[in-house]
Amino acid sequence: MSDAYRPYTLVAELTYRCPLRCVYCSNPLDYARHTDGLATADWLRVFREAEELGVVQLHLTGGEPLLRDDLEALIEGARALDLYTNLITSGIPLGRERLARFRSLGLDNVQVSVQDVAASSSDRIAGSRAFERKLEVARWVKELGFPLTLNVVLHRENLDHVEQIVALAETLSADRLELANTQYVGWALTNRRALLPTAAELDRARRASAAAHARLRGKMEILFVMPDYYSEFPKACMDGWGRRFIVVSPDGLALPCHAAHTLPGLSFENVKDRHLEAIWGQSGAFNAFRGEAWMPEPCRSCERRALDFGGCRCQAYLLTKNAAATDPACSLSPDHGLIEAARQEALSAHSGDFEYRAPRPGVRK
Amino acid sequence: MIALDSRPRLAAKARIRFDRKTARYLLLYPERGLVLNPTAADIAKLCTGEHTVQAIVERLAERYAPQPREQVERDVMSFLATLAERGLMQAEP
Repeated sequence: MSDAYRPYTLVAELTYRCPLRCVYCSNPLDYARHTDGLATADWLRVFREAEELGVVQLHLTGGEPLLRDDLEALIEGARALDLYTNLITSGIPLGRERLARFRSLGLDNVQVSVQDVAASSSDRIAGSRAFERKLEVARWVKELGFPLTLNVVLHRENLDHVEQIVALAETLSADRLELANTQYVGWALTNRRALLPTAAELDRARRASAAAHARLRGKMEILFVMPDYYSEFPKACMDGWGRRFIVVSPDGLALPCHAAHTLPGLSFENVKDRHLEAIWGQSGAFNAFRGEAWMPEPCRSCERRALDFGGCRCQAYLLTKNAAATDPACSLSPDHGLIEAARQEALSAHSGDFEYRAPRPGVRK
Repeated sequence: MIALDSRPRLAAKARIRFDRKTARYLLLYPERGLVLNPTAADIAKLCTGEHTVQAIVERLAERYAPQPREQVERDVMSFLATLAERGLMQAEP
Protein backbone atom coordinates (compact mmCIF):
# COMPACT_ATOMS: atom_id res chain seq x y z
CA MET A 1 0.00 0.00 0.00
CA SER A 2 1.24 3.47 -0.77
CA ASP A 3 1.66 6.19 1.82
CA ALA A 4 -1.74 7.52 0.76
CA TYR A 5 -3.07 4.63 2.82
CA ARG A 6 -1.02 4.59 5.96
CA PRO A 7 -2.76 4.19 9.28
CA TYR A 8 -1.43 6.54 11.96
CA THR A 9 -4.01 5.81 14.64
CA LEU A 10 -5.42 2.65 16.14
CA VAL A 11 -8.67 3.11 18.02
CA ALA A 12 -8.91 0.14 20.37
CA GLU A 13 -12.49 -0.19 21.57
CA LEU A 14 -11.66 -2.49 24.45
CA THR A 15 -15.26 -3.05 25.51
CA TYR A 16 -18.69 -1.61 24.73
CA ARG A 17 -19.66 -1.99 28.38
CA CYS A 18 -20.06 1.33 30.17
CA PRO A 19 -21.54 2.49 33.47
CA LEU A 20 -22.89 5.60 31.72
CA ARG A 21 -25.87 5.81 29.35
CA CYS A 22 -25.08 8.95 27.35
CA VAL A 23 -27.79 9.89 24.93
CA TYR A 24 -25.32 10.51 22.08
CA CYS A 25 -23.14 7.43 22.58
CA SER A 26 -21.24 6.62 19.38
CA ASN A 27 -21.33 2.87 20.02
CA PRO A 28 -23.72 1.04 17.70
CA LEU A 29 -27.35 0.59 18.77
CA ASP A 30 -26.77 -3.15 18.96
CA TYR A 31 -23.58 -2.78 21.01
CA ALA A 32 -24.72 -5.46 23.46
CA ARG A 33 -24.35 -8.08 20.70
CA HIS A 34 -20.63 -7.34 20.47
CA THR A 35 -19.16 -8.87 23.59
CA ASP A 36 -15.53 -8.58 24.71
CA GLY A 37 -13.98 -11.18 22.46
CA LEU A 38 -10.31 -10.28 22.61
CA ALA A 39 -8.00 -11.49 25.35
CA THR A 40 -5.03 -9.49 26.58
CA ALA A 41 -2.67 -11.37 24.27
CA ASP A 42 -4.95 -10.68 21.27
CA TRP A 43 -4.92 -6.96 21.93
CA LEU A 44 -1.15 -6.90 22.42
CA ARG A 45 -0.72 -8.67 19.09
CA VAL A 46 -3.08 -6.18 17.42
CA PHE A 47 -1.02 -3.30 18.83
CA ARG A 48 2.14 -4.87 17.45
CA GLU A 49 0.64 -5.50 14.02
CA ALA A 50 -0.69 -1.96 13.94
CA GLU A 51 2.65 -0.48 14.88
CA GLU A 52 4.31 -2.47 12.09
CA LEU A 53 1.78 -0.97 9.68
CA GLY A 54 2.78 2.56 10.72
CA VAL A 55 0.45 3.35 13.60
CA VAL A 56 2.00 5.76 16.12
CA GLN A 57 -1.10 6.85 18.06
CA LEU A 58 -3.20 4.50 20.17
CA HIS A 59 -6.56 5.38 21.67
CA LEU A 60 -7.72 3.08 24.43
CA THR A 61 -11.43 3.60 24.47
CA GLY A 62 -14.80 1.83 24.59
CA GLY A 63 -17.43 1.84 26.08
CA GLU A 64 -15.47 2.40 29.21
CA PRO A 65 -11.92 0.99 28.95
CA LEU A 66 -11.50 1.09 32.74
CA LEU A 67 -13.83 -1.90 32.93
CA ARG A 68 -11.03 -4.07 31.51
CA ASP A 69 -8.91 -5.31 34.36
CA ASP A 70 -6.01 -5.91 31.97
CA LEU A 71 -5.71 -2.20 31.11
CA GLU A 72 -2.39 -2.06 32.95
CA ALA A 73 -0.95 -4.82 30.77
CA LEU A 74 -2.25 -3.14 27.62
CA ILE A 75 -0.72 0.22 28.57
CA GLU A 76 2.58 -1.45 29.34
CA GLY A 77 2.56 -3.29 26.01
CA ALA A 78 1.65 -0.15 24.08
CA ARG A 79 4.45 1.79 25.69
CA ALA A 80 6.94 -0.96 24.86
CA LEU A 81 5.98 -0.37 21.20
CA ASP A 82 6.54 3.39 21.67
CA LEU A 83 2.91 4.13 20.77
CA TYR A 84 1.58 7.49 21.95
CA THR A 85 -1.13 6.14 24.19
CA ASN A 86 -4.24 8.07 25.08
CA LEU A 87 -6.83 6.77 27.53
CA ILE A 88 -10.30 8.00 26.59
CA THR A 89 -12.48 7.59 29.62
CA SER A 90 -15.47 8.73 31.59
CA GLY A 91 -13.28 8.39 34.66
CA ILE A 92 -15.63 5.85 36.16
CA PRO A 93 -14.81 3.59 37.92
CA LEU A 94 -11.30 4.75 38.81
CA GLY A 95 -9.23 5.16 41.97
CA ARG A 96 -6.20 7.39 42.29
CA GLU A 97 -3.87 4.42 42.86
CA ARG A 98 -4.84 2.77 39.58
CA LEU A 99 -4.35 6.03 37.71
CA ALA A 100 -0.91 6.37 39.32
CA ARG A 101 -0.08 2.86 38.07
CA PHE A 102 -1.06 3.89 34.54
CA ARG A 103 1.34 6.79 34.90
CA SER A 104 4.25 4.62 35.94
CA LEU A 105 3.50 2.18 33.10
CA GLY A 106 3.91 4.96 30.55
CA LEU A 107 0.42 6.15 29.63
CA ASP A 108 0.86 9.42 27.73
CA ASN A 109 -2.44 11.29 27.95
CA VAL A 110 -5.79 11.04 29.67
CA GLN A 111 -8.99 12.31 28.09
CA VAL A 112 -11.88 12.76 30.50
CA SER A 113 -15.34 13.65 29.31
CA VAL A 114 -17.88 15.75 31.14
CA GLN A 115 -21.34 16.35 29.78
CA ASP A 116 -21.90 19.91 31.04
CA VAL A 117 -20.71 22.34 33.70
CA ALA A 118 -23.13 21.45 36.48
CA ALA A 119 -23.86 18.10 38.09
CA SER A 120 -27.58 18.08 37.40
CA SER A 121 -27.40 18.84 33.68
CA SER A 122 -24.28 16.75 33.11
CA ASP A 123 -25.72 13.72 34.88
CA ARG A 124 -28.97 14.09 32.98
CA ILE A 125 -27.13 13.60 29.67
CA ALA A 126 -24.99 10.77 31.05
CA GLY A 127 -28.03 9.06 32.60
CA SER A 128 -25.91 8.51 35.68
CA ARG A 129 -24.58 10.39 38.71
CA ALA A 130 -21.07 10.91 37.51
CA PHE A 131 -20.14 14.58 37.28
CA GLU A 132 -18.48 15.13 40.65
CA ARG A 133 -16.45 11.94 40.35
CA LYS A 134 -15.31 12.91 36.87
CA LEU A 135 -14.01 16.23 38.17
CA GLU A 136 -12.13 14.44 40.90
CA VAL A 137 -10.52 12.14 38.32
CA ALA A 138 -9.61 15.13 36.14
CA ARG A 139 -7.85 16.71 39.13
CA TRP A 140 -5.92 13.50 39.84
CA VAL A 141 -4.85 13.37 36.18
CA LYS A 142 -3.07 16.70 36.57
CA GLU A 143 -1.78 16.01 40.08
CA LEU A 144 -0.09 12.85 38.80
CA GLY A 145 1.62 14.81 36.03
CA PHE A 146 -0.40 13.63 33.03
CA PRO A 147 -1.53 15.99 30.29
CA LEU A 148 -5.32 16.34 30.46
CA THR A 149 -7.74 16.52 27.59
CA LEU A 150 -11.24 17.60 28.59
CA ASN A 151 -13.89 16.49 26.15
CA VAL A 152 -17.38 17.91 26.05
CA VAL A 153 -19.88 16.81 23.43
CA LEU A 154 -22.04 19.78 22.48
CA HIS A 155 -25.75 19.88 21.70
CA ARG A 156 -28.65 22.23 22.28
CA GLU A 157 -28.77 21.67 26.05
CA ASN A 158 -25.18 22.81 26.66
CA LEU A 159 -24.19 24.88 23.63
CA ASP A 160 -24.88 28.09 25.51
CA HIS A 161 -22.40 27.04 28.21
CA VAL A 162 -19.21 27.20 26.14
CA GLU A 163 -17.76 30.07 28.19
CA GLN A 164 -18.39 28.19 31.44
CA ILE A 165 -16.96 25.02 29.94
CA VAL A 166 -13.79 26.91 29.01
CA ALA A 167 -13.64 28.30 32.56
CA LEU A 168 -13.98 24.78 33.95
CA ALA A 169 -11.19 23.57 31.65
CA GLU A 170 -8.99 26.43 32.88
CA THR A 171 -9.75 25.58 36.51
CA LEU A 172 -8.74 22.00 35.83
CA SER A 173 -5.60 23.17 33.94
CA ALA A 174 -6.62 21.11 30.93
CA ASP A 175 -4.01 21.02 28.18
CA ARG A 176 -6.58 20.42 25.47
CA LEU A 177 -10.29 21.09 25.32
CA GLU A 178 -12.43 19.32 22.76
CA LEU A 179 -15.73 21.02 22.09
CA ALA A 180 -17.12 18.40 19.78
CA ASN A 181 -20.60 18.94 18.48
CA THR A 182 -22.72 15.84 18.40
CA GLN A 183 -22.58 14.02 15.08
CA TYR A 184 -25.89 12.39 14.30
CA VAL A 185 -25.14 8.71 13.96
CA GLY A 186 -25.93 5.90 16.40
CA TRP A 187 -27.69 6.94 19.59
CA ALA A 188 -27.38 10.60 18.68
CA LEU A 189 -29.51 10.07 15.60
CA THR A 190 -32.12 8.36 17.76
CA ASN A 191 -32.10 11.48 19.96
CA ARG A 192 -31.65 14.05 17.21
CA ARG A 193 -34.85 15.95 17.94
CA ALA A 194 -33.72 16.59 21.49
CA LEU A 195 -30.08 17.36 20.65
CA LEU A 196 -29.79 19.21 17.33
CA PRO A 197 -29.25 22.94 17.94
CA THR A 198 -30.34 25.85 15.81
CA ALA A 199 -27.93 27.77 13.59
CA ALA A 200 -28.10 30.75 15.98
CA GLU A 201 -27.22 28.66 19.03
CA LEU A 202 -24.34 27.11 17.17
CA ASP A 203 -23.06 30.46 15.98
CA ARG A 204 -22.94 31.90 19.50
CA ALA A 205 -21.03 28.85 20.72
CA ARG A 206 -18.60 29.03 17.84
CA ARG A 207 -17.84 32.67 18.56
CA ALA A 208 -17.32 31.97 22.27
CA SER A 209 -14.97 29.14 21.39
CA ALA A 210 -13.02 31.26 18.89
CA ALA A 211 -12.53 34.00 21.50
CA ALA A 212 -11.25 31.47 24.03
CA HIS A 213 -9.03 29.90 21.38
CA ALA A 214 -7.35 33.23 20.71
CA ARG A 215 -7.05 34.11 24.40
CA LEU A 216 -5.53 30.77 25.42
CA ARG A 217 -3.28 30.20 22.41
CA GLY A 218 -0.10 28.37 23.38
CA LYS A 219 -1.60 27.51 26.77
CA MET A 220 -4.63 25.37 26.07
CA GLU A 221 -5.45 23.84 22.72
CA ILE A 222 -9.13 24.33 21.95
CA LEU A 223 -10.79 22.32 19.25
CA PHE A 224 -14.31 23.19 18.13
CA VAL A 225 -15.84 20.56 15.88
CA MET A 226 -18.80 21.73 13.84
CA PRO A 227 -21.77 19.42 13.47
CA ASP A 228 -22.01 18.15 9.90
CA TYR A 229 -25.62 19.31 9.81
CA TYR A 230 -24.53 22.95 9.75
CA SER A 231 -21.49 22.68 7.52
CA GLU A 232 -21.74 23.62 3.87
CA PHE A 233 -19.50 20.70 2.98
CA PRO A 234 -19.03 17.43 4.83
CA LYS A 235 -16.05 16.60 6.99
CA ALA A 236 -13.34 14.29 5.73
CA CYS A 237 -14.77 11.59 7.95
CA MET A 238 -11.89 9.63 9.58
CA ASP A 239 -9.61 11.53 7.13
CA GLY A 240 -11.08 9.29 4.46
CA TRP A 241 -12.17 5.67 4.52
CA GLY A 242 -9.27 3.32 5.22
CA ARG A 243 -6.62 6.03 4.96
CA ARG A 244 -5.42 6.96 8.45
CA PHE A 245 -7.44 5.07 11.08
CA ILE A 246 -8.11 1.53 12.14
CA VAL A 247 -10.83 0.90 14.69
CA VAL A 248 -10.96 -2.51 16.34
CA SER A 249 -14.26 -3.36 18.01
CA PRO A 250 -14.48 -5.28 21.32
CA ASP A 251 -15.20 -8.50 19.45
CA GLY A 252 -12.23 -8.04 17.14
CA LEU A 253 -13.64 -6.58 13.93
CA ALA A 254 -11.17 -4.33 12.13
CA LEU A 255 -13.11 -1.29 10.93
CA PRO A 256 -12.42 1.96 9.06
CA CYS A 257 -14.60 3.88 11.57
CA HIS A 258 -16.52 3.39 14.81
CA ALA A 259 -19.81 2.62 13.13
CA ALA A 260 -18.74 0.89 9.91
CA HIS A 261 -20.08 -2.48 11.08
CA THR A 262 -23.58 -1.01 10.99
CA LEU A 263 -23.34 -0.69 7.18
CA PRO A 264 -25.01 -3.54 5.31
CA GLY A 265 -23.32 -5.40 2.50
CA LEU A 266 -19.81 -5.15 3.88
CA SER A 267 -18.18 -8.01 5.68
CA PHE A 268 -15.55 -7.00 8.16
CA GLU A 269 -12.75 -9.33 9.07
CA ASN A 270 -11.70 -10.26 12.57
CA VAL A 271 -8.21 -9.63 13.88
CA LYS A 272 -8.32 -13.11 15.39
CA ASP A 273 -8.55 -14.63 11.91
CA ARG A 274 -6.14 -12.55 9.88
CA HIS A 275 -3.07 -10.32 10.21
CA LEU A 276 -3.99 -6.65 10.43
CA GLU A 277 -1.74 -5.80 7.49
CA ALA A 278 -3.69 -8.19 5.24
CA ILE A 279 -7.01 -6.83 6.45
CA TRP A 280 -5.88 -3.24 5.92
CA GLY A 281 -4.47 -3.86 2.48
CA GLN A 282 -6.68 -6.54 1.00
CA SER A 283 -10.07 -6.77 2.65
CA GLY A 284 -13.07 -5.84 0.57
CA ALA A 285 -14.51 -3.70 3.32
CA PHE A 286 -11.39 -1.54 3.74
CA ASN A 287 -11.18 -1.09 -0.01
CA ALA A 288 -14.89 -0.46 -0.55
CA PHE A 289 -14.69 3.34 -0.34
CA ARG A 290 -11.06 4.02 -1.07
CA GLY A 291 -10.15 6.11 -4.07
CA GLU A 292 -12.77 7.69 -6.30
CA ALA A 293 -14.18 4.84 -8.38
CA TRP A 294 -17.04 4.25 -5.92
CA MET A 295 -18.12 7.88 -5.93
CA PRO A 296 -21.44 8.95 -7.42
CA GLU A 297 -22.06 12.39 -8.82
CA PRO A 298 -21.80 15.12 -7.64
CA CYS A 299 -18.71 13.80 -5.78
CA ARG A 300 -17.03 12.17 -8.76
CA SER A 301 -16.46 15.42 -10.64
CA CYS A 302 -16.29 17.66 -7.56
CA GLU A 303 -13.14 19.65 -6.95
CA ARG A 304 -13.46 18.90 -3.23
CA ARG A 305 -13.46 15.11 -3.62
CA ALA A 306 -9.85 14.77 -2.46
CA LEU A 307 -10.56 17.03 0.52
CA ASP A 308 -13.66 15.42 2.02
CA PHE A 309 -13.68 12.01 0.28
CA GLY A 310 -17.44 12.25 -0.10
CA GLY A 311 -18.05 12.71 3.63
CA CYS A 312 -19.36 10.12 6.07
CA ARG A 313 -20.45 6.72 4.72
CA CYS A 314 -22.44 5.92 7.85
CA GLN A 315 -24.33 9.19 7.70
CA ALA A 316 -25.06 8.58 4.02
CA TYR A 317 -26.46 5.15 4.82
CA LEU A 318 -28.43 6.21 7.87
CA LEU A 319 -30.18 9.02 6.02
CA THR A 320 -30.51 7.62 2.49
CA LYS A 321 -30.17 3.83 2.97
CA ASN A 322 -27.34 3.94 0.44
CA ALA A 323 -23.83 3.82 1.93
CA ALA A 324 -22.32 4.91 -1.41
CA ALA A 325 -24.40 8.08 -1.67
CA THR A 326 -22.92 11.55 -1.35
CA ASP A 327 -23.09 12.53 2.32
CA PRO A 328 -26.40 14.42 2.63
CA ALA A 329 -24.63 16.94 4.87
CA CYS A 330 -23.06 18.29 1.68
CA SER A 331 -25.00 21.22 0.25
CA LEU A 332 -24.43 19.71 -3.20
CA SER A 333 -26.03 16.37 -2.30
CA PRO A 334 -29.36 15.57 -3.99
CA ASP A 335 -30.50 14.41 -0.52
CA HIS A 336 -29.53 17.61 1.25
CA GLY A 337 -33.21 18.34 1.85
CA LEU A 338 -33.10 15.73 4.63
CA ILE A 339 -30.59 17.88 6.49
CA GLU A 340 -32.53 21.07 5.84
CA ALA A 341 -35.68 19.45 7.20
CA ALA A 342 -33.84 18.46 10.39
CA ARG A 343 -32.56 22.03 10.78
CA GLN A 344 -36.09 23.28 10.31
CA GLU A 345 -37.28 20.88 12.98
CA ALA A 346 -34.65 22.26 15.37
CA LEU A 347 -36.29 25.68 15.14
CA SER A 348 -39.41 24.43 16.88
CA ALA A 349 -39.42 23.79 20.60
CA HIS A 350 -37.83 20.50 21.57
CA SER A 351 -39.12 17.96 24.00
CA GLY A 352 -36.00 17.03 25.94
CA ASP A 353 -37.28 13.48 25.78
CA PHE A 354 -34.27 11.19 25.55
CA GLU A 355 -33.77 7.58 24.75
CA TYR A 356 -30.83 6.55 26.90
CA ARG A 357 -28.24 4.08 25.66
CA ALA A 358 -29.40 0.62 26.70
CA PRO A 359 -28.76 -2.98 25.65
CA ARG A 360 -32.08 -3.07 23.80
CA PRO A 361 -32.90 0.12 21.91
CA GLY A 362 -36.43 1.44 21.79
CA VAL A 363 -37.07 2.07 25.48
CA ARG A 364 -37.81 5.75 25.99
CA LYS A 365 -37.56 7.48 29.31
CA MET B 1 9.53 36.27 21.38
CA ILE B 2 11.66 33.61 23.05
CA ALA B 3 14.57 34.89 25.10
CA LEU B 4 18.05 33.60 24.23
CA ASP B 5 18.73 32.79 27.86
CA SER B 6 15.49 30.83 28.44
CA ARG B 7 15.61 27.06 28.63
CA PRO B 8 12.99 25.51 26.36
CA ARG B 9 11.45 22.21 27.38
CA LEU B 10 8.94 20.15 25.43
CA ALA B 11 5.47 20.26 26.97
CA ALA B 12 4.47 17.26 29.06
CA LYS B 13 2.06 16.17 26.36
CA ALA B 14 4.67 16.03 23.57
CA ARG B 15 6.92 13.07 22.85
CA ILE B 16 9.46 12.45 20.09
CA ARG B 17 9.60 9.16 18.27
CA PHE B 18 11.43 7.90 15.22
CA ASP B 19 9.22 6.84 12.33
CA ARG B 20 10.65 3.88 10.44
CA LYS B 21 8.31 4.40 7.50
CA THR B 22 9.60 7.85 6.63
CA ALA B 23 12.95 7.81 8.43
CA ARG B 24 11.91 11.06 10.12
CA TYR B 25 11.26 11.98 13.70
CA LEU B 26 7.69 12.69 14.73
CA LEU B 27 6.65 14.96 17.55
CA LEU B 28 3.53 13.30 18.90
CA TYR B 29 0.90 14.89 21.10
CA PRO B 30 -2.77 14.10 21.71
CA GLU B 31 -4.44 13.10 18.43
CA ARG B 32 -1.77 14.88 16.40
CA GLY B 33 1.79 14.75 15.28
CA LEU B 34 4.34 16.94 13.55
CA VAL B 35 6.77 15.48 11.05
CA LEU B 36 10.13 16.97 11.94
CA ASN B 37 12.78 17.71 9.36
CA PRO B 38 16.30 16.77 10.49
CA THR B 39 17.07 20.26 11.83
CA ALA B 40 13.77 20.46 13.74
CA ALA B 41 14.42 17.01 15.19
CA ASP B 42 17.87 18.10 16.39
CA ILE B 43 16.36 21.17 18.03
CA ALA B 44 13.48 19.27 19.61
CA LYS B 45 15.86 16.73 21.14
CA LEU B 46 17.70 19.57 22.86
CA CYS B 47 14.48 21.02 24.35
CA THR B 48 14.97 19.29 27.68
CA GLY B 49 14.87 22.32 29.96
CA GLU B 50 18.63 22.08 30.52
CA HIS B 51 19.98 24.05 27.57
CA THR B 52 19.46 27.73 26.88
CA VAL B 53 18.34 28.79 23.42
CA GLN B 54 21.79 30.30 23.04
CA ALA B 55 23.45 26.98 23.84
CA ILE B 56 21.19 25.13 21.40
CA VAL B 57 22.10 27.58 18.64
CA GLU B 58 25.79 27.23 19.37
CA ARG B 59 25.72 23.48 19.46
CA LEU B 60 23.83 23.24 16.16
CA ALA B 61 25.95 25.94 14.48
CA GLU B 62 28.95 23.78 15.25
CA ARG B 63 27.27 20.69 13.89
CA TYR B 64 26.00 22.40 10.73
CA ALA B 65 29.21 24.30 9.90
CA PRO B 66 29.84 25.98 7.50
CA GLN B 67 26.18 27.09 7.62
CA PRO B 68 26.12 30.67 8.97
CA ARG B 69 25.29 30.96 12.67
CA GLU B 70 22.62 33.60 11.91
CA GLN B 71 20.81 31.11 9.72
CA VAL B 72 20.88 28.47 12.46
CA GLU B 73 19.59 31.00 14.98
CA ARG B 74 16.72 31.93 12.67
CA ASP B 75 15.83 28.24 12.23
CA VAL B 76 15.91 27.61 15.96
CA MET B 77 13.82 30.69 16.80
CA SER B 78 11.26 29.91 14.11
CA PHE B 79 10.88 26.28 15.17
CA LEU B 80 10.60 27.21 18.85
CA ALA B 81 7.92 29.76 17.95
CA THR B 82 5.99 27.04 16.12
CA LEU B 83 6.20 24.81 19.17
CA ALA B 84 5.14 27.61 21.52
CA GLU B 85 2.21 28.54 19.31
CA ARG B 86 0.95 24.96 19.56
CA GLY B 87 1.51 24.75 23.27
CA LEU B 88 4.22 22.14 22.77
CA MET B 89 6.95 23.98 24.63
CA GLN B 90 7.46 25.76 27.85
CA ALA B 91 10.38 28.16 28.19
CA GLU B 92 11.87 28.06 31.66
CA PRO B 93 13.88 31.01 32.98
